[in-house]
Amino acid sequence: MKETDKLKEAAIQTAFILESSPHLRAKDTTPRIMYRVILSLLPAVAASVYFFRWRAVVLILVSVAGTLATEALFLLARKKPLAAAVDGSAAITGLLLALTLPPSLPPGMAVLGSIIAISLGKQIYGGLGHNIFNPALVGRAFLQAAFPVAMTTWVPPVMMRVDLATFATPLGNLKFQNALAQGTLTPVKDLFWGNVGGCLGETSAAALLVGAVYLLVKKTIDWRIPAGIIVSLSVFTGIFWLANPQQYAPPHFHLFAGGLVLGAFFMATDMVTSPITPAGIWIYSVGIGLIIGVIRLFGGLPEGVMYSILLMNTFVPLFNLYLRPRILGERRRKR
Amino acid sequence: MTKKYSFPRGIHPPENKHLTEASPLEFLPPPEKVFIPLHQHFGAPAAPLVKKGDEVLLGQKIGESKALFSAPVHASVSGKVLSVEDVIHPNGYPVLAVVISNDGQDRLSPEVRETDDPFALSPEEIKQKVKEAGVVGLGGAAFPTAVKLSPPKDKPIDTLVINGCECEPFLTADHRLMLEFPEAIIKGAELARRAVGATRIIFGVEDKKPDAAAALARHLAGVPATIVLLKTKYPQGAEKNLIYALLRREVPRGGLPFDVGVVVQNVGTAKAIWEACAYGKPLVERAITVTGPMIKQPRNLLVRIGTPLSHVVAYCGGVDDSASLLVMGGPMMGLAQCSLDAPVIKGTSGLVALPQAPEEAEFPCIRCGRCVDHCPMRLVPTQIVKFVQAEKWPEAESWGAMDCVECGCCHYVCPSKIRLVHWIRLGKNTIARLRRKKSA
Repeated sequence: MKETDKLKEAAIQTAFILESSPHLRAKDTTPRIMYRVILSLLPAVAASVYFFRWRAVVLILVSVAGTLATEALFLLARKKPLAAAVDGSAAITGLLLALTLPPSLPPGMAVLGSIIAISLGKQIYGGLGHNIFNPALVGRAFLQAAFPVAMTTWVPPVMMRVDLATFATPLGNLKFQNALAQGTLTPVKDLFWGNVGGCLGETSAAALLVGAVYLLVKKTIDWRIPAGIIVSLSVFTGIFWLANPQQYAPPHFHLFAGGLVLGAFFMATDMVTSPITPAGIWIYSVGIGLIIGVIRLFGGLPEGVMYSILLMNTFVPLFNLYLRPRILGERRRKR
Repeated sequence: MTKKYSFPRGIHPPENKHLTEASPLEFLPPPEKVFIPLHQHFGAPAAPLVKKGDEVLLGQKIGESKALFSAPVHASVSGKVLSVEDVIHPNGYPVLAVVISNDGQDRLSPEVRETDDPFALSPEEIKQKVKEAGVVGLGGAAFPTAVKLSPPKDKPIDTLVINGCECEPFLTADHRLMLEFPEAIIKGAELARRAVGATRIIFGVEDKKPDAAAALARHLAGVPATIVLLKTKYPQGAEKNLIYALLRREVPRGGLPFDVGVVVQNVGTAKAIWEACAYGKPLVERAITVTGPMIKQPRNLLVRIGTPLSHVVAYCGGVDDSASLLVMGGPMMGLAQCSLDAPVIKGTSGLVALPQAPEEAEFPCIRCGRCVDHCPMRLVPTQIVKFVQAEKWPEAESWGAMDCVECGCCHYVCPSKIRLVHWIRLGKNTIARLRRKKSA
């Protein structure tokens, strides 16, 4: 037997495992991240059930069931292990989609939205990690286009006594009912605690912020994304408010109204569809905040969180490829 | 020392230094047979100077190369050469080695001679003695120290940095060296400073080892040196990060510390420089930490080069039977060993026995960006890996594959458990091969 063969044999007989370095790993895993995000959304889920009762329960259940079933079907068709359906990512999509739906939406439409979210929003690109757009928002954008009336019909929380005929969300009230001039702008206190109309998850900013703080403390979401959105939206709306407070709502109204909190902390922070380099993250987040401001102040729609995030998602692959950080020791580019 | 010196990014893995940090260095009794590889360093292998049947003395030169990037090899015991044959190198490949049967006498070679006044040596004499003693960087890279002490004429050196960070988890041998041999370290550093013509010495020590900094501080008199406490963070001791942390200078891409007027030496290397210059003692032993949850009696040891790992492990009470990962070096950058037959070499900083990690499923990259947020070289590991997987070598190179120091931070933090370092290493090897092909 040759010497090298003997050595090889010794190596094969050893009890030791061979692997390349590093030999230590942090505990966090991708499924853990996913389930942590779901956990962080539970206060908002509880708030939506408190405000909208069985409508919230049904919508959340059917959307999550819809995303899980669609994910499983695609995995079967693509001959991938079915275990990936329960890695938590499809469940998050279903939950987030439900939280962006009006409480009065027929459950069948929610199911259709969840099917679109997973099929056209995620699996068609190759599944987890490969999609360009936030899947939940793809589902919502589809529903908005397909069922514009159902998607903009609002019912108030069960404990609110209001005139149903003129009931609107705080942003709709601001845009279409001249709330500033009438003096009927929703108080920020109500926006914060949730005694307002709107999508399931966007009524109570407080419930969302509990989960957001948890994710920030756990370093699961990148603080730069909500920070960039909040600062740029505040500055943009603040400038107009200072110039003409009779015509423009104050920045703190904009921060707590509509889907801003849900979008800034839970949608824009989606890892797969947000940039990975520092420059990309700042441009992305500031861009989202500015586009929200433009749509809310000058657009035809009262709310712009969904479209601004989807629009900035488009640029993420470009940001990732062209905004590479300067390597340690690399010369700063001279101009 | 109120300002925290550090570098951006990096990680905080569990340190586990408590296992051995209070254990003084012990001399490991030399084994009956030593296996001294002729290639233990960065550069060309040495050629054997002895043959089967020769009598050799402790400290006798038994291998040498004419190449610039190389280091001679010395007998670490006295006795008889049993053979010059392939043994298993800690890197897993066979390597030509001199096998010596130890006569237990430790008869000293006449080559080992004291110097009357080491501080009277000229820079050239210091480099010559360091080269003859086969000193290499003891932090792990095993780069020939004489080469590191010879900056090119057009690159003046102003600062010598002595690296006492020991940022790898588990390892404590350098910490013990600073506590127990501060004088030798400082004297060796002073000789190295003179050899490179630097005006000052900075000792970099992590702030969780204030006792080591205090021990060094007691012997600083007459040496133009300062001690700087650095934030305890991995990889604080990585050369380029340490230079940045202490001096805010960036070693250029593809460059060396020479390019920014700095030379970095590890504390163990400084001690070896002193012993080479003062006593003519070649590098025949080194400090290592034998530790990990699967080692019965974790210890810090002074071990003869060429001692088989089996002998080292046996002295430490053996390895728990269920141990399945035996790492030479630290757990972040060390090499998994396939066999206890491999010997301790000059670059061995420790031996860490870890329990088998549970099988971890790999998930697709979810672009969380944690690898980017923690890379001390400010690379985008996940993107480099995508280029490597697509065999786009020029792209991988321009995104900094060759700048990767393989510290392992990216793989450590990756929630999808993607073998980022492994892939980048594959890319580095391929790019290096393509470069050689191009220049050939």
